[in-house]
Amino acid sequence: MVSAPVQVAPPVEAPARARRLPRWVAPVAGVVAVVVLYVAFRGKAVLPHDDDATLFHWLNDARDWVDANRNSSPIFLYVVNYIRLGAAGVYEAIQAGLVALGWPGLLGLAAGLGWLAGGWRIALVSFAGFAGVGVLGFWEASVETLALTLSSVVLSLLFGIPLGIWAGRSPRVRRIVTPVLDVMQIMPTFSYLSPMVLLFLIGPASATIATMIYAMPPAIRITAMAIQRVSGVAVEASESLGATGWQTLGKVRLPLALNTIMLGVNQTIAAALSMVPLTALIAAPGLGEDLLRALARVNVGAALVPGVAIVLIAIVLDRMTRAAAQRREGGTRARAVRWGGFAVLTAAGLALLPVLAQDFPEQWEVQIVRPINDVVDWIEAHWYTFTGFLNDVVAYGLLNPLQDVLTNAPWWLVTAAVLVFAWRVSGAAAGLVATACLLCVAGLQLWEHAMETLTMVLVASVITIAAGLALGVAAARSRWFAAGLRPLLDAAQTMPSFSYLLPAVALFGNGRFTAITASFIYAVPVVARLVEDGLRAVPGTVMEAARSAGSTDRQLLWKVQLPMARGSLLLAANQGIVMTLAMVVIGALVGAGALGYDVVAGFAQQEDYGKGLAAGVALVLLGVMLDRITQGANGRRSPHKKRNA
Amino acid sequence: MGTAAIEVRGLWKIFGPKADRIIGSPDADLEPAQLRAKTGCTAAVRDVSFEVRPGEVFVVMGLSGSGKSTLVRCLTRLIEPTAGELRIDGQDVRAMSAKQLRELRRHRVSMVFQHFGLLPHRKVVDNVGYGLEIQGVGKAERHEKARRILSLVGLGGHEDSYPEQLSGGMQQRVGLARALAVDPEVLLFDEPFSALDPLIRRDMQAEVIRLHREVGKTMVFITHDLSEALKLGERIAIMRAGAIVQVGTPEELVGAPADEYVADFVRDVPRAQVLSLRWICRAPEPGEPLDGPELPADTVIHDAVPAAMASDRPIRVVAGGELVGVVSRVDLLGAVRPEPQPVAAAASAGATGEEA
Amino acid sequence: MKKLRLIAGVLALGLAVAACGGAKVEDDSAAAPSASAAGSAPASAGGTVKMAINGWVGYEASAAVVSYLLEHELGYKVEKVTLAEEPSWQGMESGDVDVIIENWRHPDLKKKYIEEKQVAVEAGSTGNKGVIGWYVPEWMVQKYPDITDYKNLNKYADLFKTSESDGKGQMLDGDPSFVTNDEALVKNLKLDYKVVYAGSEAALIKAAKQATDQKKPLLMYFYEPQWLFNQVKLVKVNLPAYTEGCDSDPKKVACDYPPYDLDKIVSKKFADTGGKAFELVKAFQWTNDDQNAVADDITNNGMTPEDAAKKWVEANPTKWQAWMPK
Repeated sequence: MVSAPVQVAPPVEAPARARRLPRWVAPVAGVVAVVVLYVAFRGKAVLPHDDDATLFHWLNDARDWVDANRNSSPIFLYVVNYIRLGAAGVYEAIQAGLVALGWPGLLGLAAGLGWLAGGWRIALVSFAGFAGVGVLGFWEASVETLALTLSSVVLSLLFGIPLGIWAGRSPRVRRIVTPVLDVMQIMPTFSYLSPMVLLFLIGPASATIATMIYAMPPAIRITAMAIQRVSGVAVEASESLGATGWQTLGKVRLPLALNTIMLGVNQTIAAALSMVPLTALIAAPGLGEDLLRALARVNVGAALVPGVAIVLIAIVLDRMTRAAAQRREGGTRARAVRWGGFAVLTAAGLALLPVLAQDFPEQWEVQIVRPINDVVDWIEAHWYTFTGFLNDVVAYGLLNPLQDVLTNAPWWLVTAAVLVFAWRVSGAAAGLVATACLLCVAGLQLWEHAMETLTMVLVASVITIAAGLALGVAAARSRWFAAGLRPLLDAAQTMPSFSYLLPAVALFGNGRFTAITASFIYAVPVVARLVEDGLRAVPGTVMEAARSAGSTDRQLLWKVQLPMARGSLLLAANQGIVMTLAMVVIGALVGAGALGYDVVAGFAQQEDYGKGLAAGVALVLLGVMLDRITQGANGRRSPHKKRNA
Repeated sequence: MGTAAIEVRGLWKIFGPKADRIIGSPDADLEPAQLRAKTGCTAAVRDVSFEVRPGEVFVVMGLSGSGKSTLVRCLTRLIEPTAGELRIDGQDVRAMSAKQLRELRRHRVSMVFQHFGLLPHRKVVDNVGYGLEIQGVGKAERHEKARRILSLVGLGGHEDSYPEQLSGGMQQRVGLARALAVDPEVLLFDEPFSALDPLIRRDMQAEVIRLHREVGKTMVFITHDLSEALKLGERIAIMRAGAIVQVGTPEELVGAPADEYVADFVRDVPRAQVLSLRWICRAPEPGEPLDGPELPADTVIHDAVPAAMASDRPIRVVAGGELVGVVSRVDLLGAVRPEPQPVAAAASAGATGEEA
Repeated sequence: MKKLRLIAGVLALGLAVAACGGAKVEDDSAAAPSASAAGSAPASAGGTVKMAINGWVGYEASAAVVSYLLEHELGYKVEKVTLAEEPSWQGMESGDVDVIIENWRHPDLKKKYIEEKQVAVEAGSTGNKGVIGWYVPEWMVQKYPDITDYKNLNKYADLFKTSESDGKGQMLDGDPSFVTNDEALVKNLKLDYKVVYAGSEAALIKAAKQATDQKKPLLMYFYEPQWLFNQVKLVKVNLPAYTEGCDSDPKKVACDYPPYDLDKIVSKKFADTGGKAFELVKAFQWTNDDQNAVADDITNNGMTPEDAAKKWVEANPTKWQAWMPK
């Protein structure tokens, strides 16, 4: 047999392609245009900061009105003050309950609930976690934090779950609720505080409400999702038997959605725990107060320990709710064992109450503040040249030039650049929203400070995303590395955001670079995890096919994994930026200035209140803008989503 | 014929914006694909009419997307029909208030679903008792009833299992028991067995036949499986693109398909198993001997073969003691030959297709 | 139908609310059990005193000693609420704060909360004399003798440049919540400086120590009483002299800070019902040296505020016994 000669077609150049401009021309032309315009108009049409802006005075007047009419205006008499009373009531009831349990009772109850949720393992985790909090010497403060967390979670669920059910059932409600939730989740935690103080004064009630608002979105979102995902067949079967809407809801939808809703509870708790420490700024009791005091004394050890206590509480609540979410209905016997164990453990704890001291025994407490501080002191003393050098490199090399450009460029140039960039990356709608946000920031008369904040966010995000990408890729390629990294990332994610400020302060002193370092520590875990998950999600068959074609590992990464994980990478970038913004703002507590400082000053100094409030709004706008620009990935969700990934 | 158990007249279901404006307009006559392109609406059920007699097993058969599942849901307004008349036991279903409709679903019509629709968090006994529970029946009574029904469908002893612990076939028995537990007049089956393995499917079909014999409910049975339709259906409606192409007994469909579509469908059906002597018999020709073996008119060809082999005389076909006609060996062979008589001839021979 | 029920529910709720006649903030008895329970209670079972803790260690020293005496001598429970200065005043209104143990003037807040809202009252001087000003390390004065006059500051602005000061000299401030006119001063005295906030007292102290040890130039906001002056030599820069009323408009200030006579503020409710606790707070008075001793122990000798207070109380019985209610 003679094989037919293989026909070799001459390589054909696609004619349409030859005539079109190369792809890089448009972006480069855009950049060139921006540079030219910048050089030509530098220093013109800038919006310098003015502490005396009329808007700020107007907001101050509004504050004064509220202050004067708190006890006479019907809005306050019949609505706002009742909300405050209600929140205070919930907090006090829960707090009193937890205190009344005493430490043995609470340990017993925790173990019992753990047992109920997931057997002896979770019981042990709960017991050990709460006992650990006591051993660290923060029992009382932890109980306060727990009370604050639980009361805001209870309220979040009280409103969030019905709202979620409604949103799950009605597409119209869903359409209204979704963008609101989006904004709520982008909002930097800081900007919640001033309006809360205005309406509800300071104190635990106000803190509970602020935390509730912050923690509600996941409850609403996940409940809505759970309700939507309930098997249509089961619902139809119920309806076909003549069930009323309420019967179907109570007997079919809710039971079937319950496990998923428990995940929502889990996320709500996580969100609440990340907010609660920050409410110490408005006089909420608990571990946040210890953190704040440690911050004022620049005492790293004293800040780290309450941070660890919060991590322990978070772990216990997380494992408990997660186990409850995975629980399956057992037989009658299994149920008897579960409830029996719960009763025994709780009763045992309560029975010990009269026997043991009311306060957690001091002799069991372990002092670790001092050794930590010794290490920090040593680092401070010996690495000073290095840390100072690093600080100066970033400040002079990146921050100052970029800030110079952003604050000296005409406002219309910055706006136009944002419009074009967002349009190209995420489409017309995103571009318009981003531009509108930026214009509103200008309208709030906080342009210059917003540009300074933006500078920090940009630099911090670039560093964070680069590092997160590297870590994520490494973790996706080596199981060993991933196994080592995971617990670190887990802990880093649960630490209250502002306990990161201190190590950064200790290393780099006060200033913008410290805020950047803190936001780096805060956001890198999420970025790394999203990258890793994205890379791991590339189907095995595709990898196999690429490998069988003879790809090297590097080719596999660049030509298969990274392109296929594009969605996750964009999501990681988006999350990284949003989280960085939240943290950079908190960096104002350690001298990072800009909008964050305006917010802090707003609730510390009377005459700055208006500016602070406006700055809070500006932060939200900046957040929405950054989010929209990086929204190229469609599946953007809460920063806590990755936990159950 | 007395009052029909179910009576459907000119029923329409169109999904999409402003669906009600399409009915009566020229657009209503468009093919579904054209309609969708033009208006964005999907016509799932198009001008469907039929009647189901009390105690009858009525099968609606069609390929996926033919609108049959939508049709069966329209019967109890699980899906709200867009237009048309709908009566169950003489009562206008479309005029019912929400409360009346609930009463209808609770007591008179219940449904078995393709994917069972069982509640995974409830034990079998509580799944079966669900219909009674939402009626407000007490726990003891509904458990008692559920147990009885479970043993009727052959699941005695599985009361305290959870659905996921049962096989697919057993789960569908639970679904069946749930529908039976409320003691309805009408049972609707939406492709109940298509998710099951073939062997189990056969068992379940036998189960339905047995139950029909024992409890004698009116049944509307949706399927895409022709052999299932032929096995269960006293009458069968063939649906295509939302409309009914033909309604008739299995014999009528096989023996006299209304159009190419139906003919195509029934081409591979073993005719000897379906066609009865009544269908193929003819008047005796002059001089033909009338002393051959005598068989009832509803004997299918397959069962007549032994008699035909035993005698070379034409078989005498009788019904109610009267002679209906005769069938010779040649007639038998002609009836089972692969390419039957041309469609046109068959159509004129008395198809009852209700083409829209 | 459903809508009707909803409306009925809302109406019912509205009526219930209206029947209560609305909630005023002071009604908030739950949030402010405060000292009212104490009243004339016996020493063993006192009430709770809510003491604001402001963000500098001198304050904490005073608070620690008063708390120690309240708890161990009078049997009260003291809840410490970490707060900035202005929110502490607000806490008097919301019921979260009973006592501010060291107040730095704040005429505006006094007007608002004492005169207008009448939720707070003055409780006398702490005996401490406060000074706020701009300071440079002593070595700079030796090297640049004329630096202590504000008029010469622009000449030296380059020395104080840092990465955070935007090309100008850096004027390092503390916590944004502290009493400060510095931004207005820089502007109104036409100084080529930028105010940078370190964020806390501790950060200021750290900067001062580094500036002395490493001979780094530093111009910073600082204040007395302050234990640091025992360790590090700082020299005050002379701003235009203070005259009565020169600081009345915070935006137009161009003069030095006034001398401060630090005093105590308590909530009206505490003054009325605080019983012995209130009497003790009112009588509390000590010297800058006393405060510095306790603050020094807290900051530099690794003591908790409680331990430092205990040490001082044990060493100075005659002083505190004079404060005790008869």
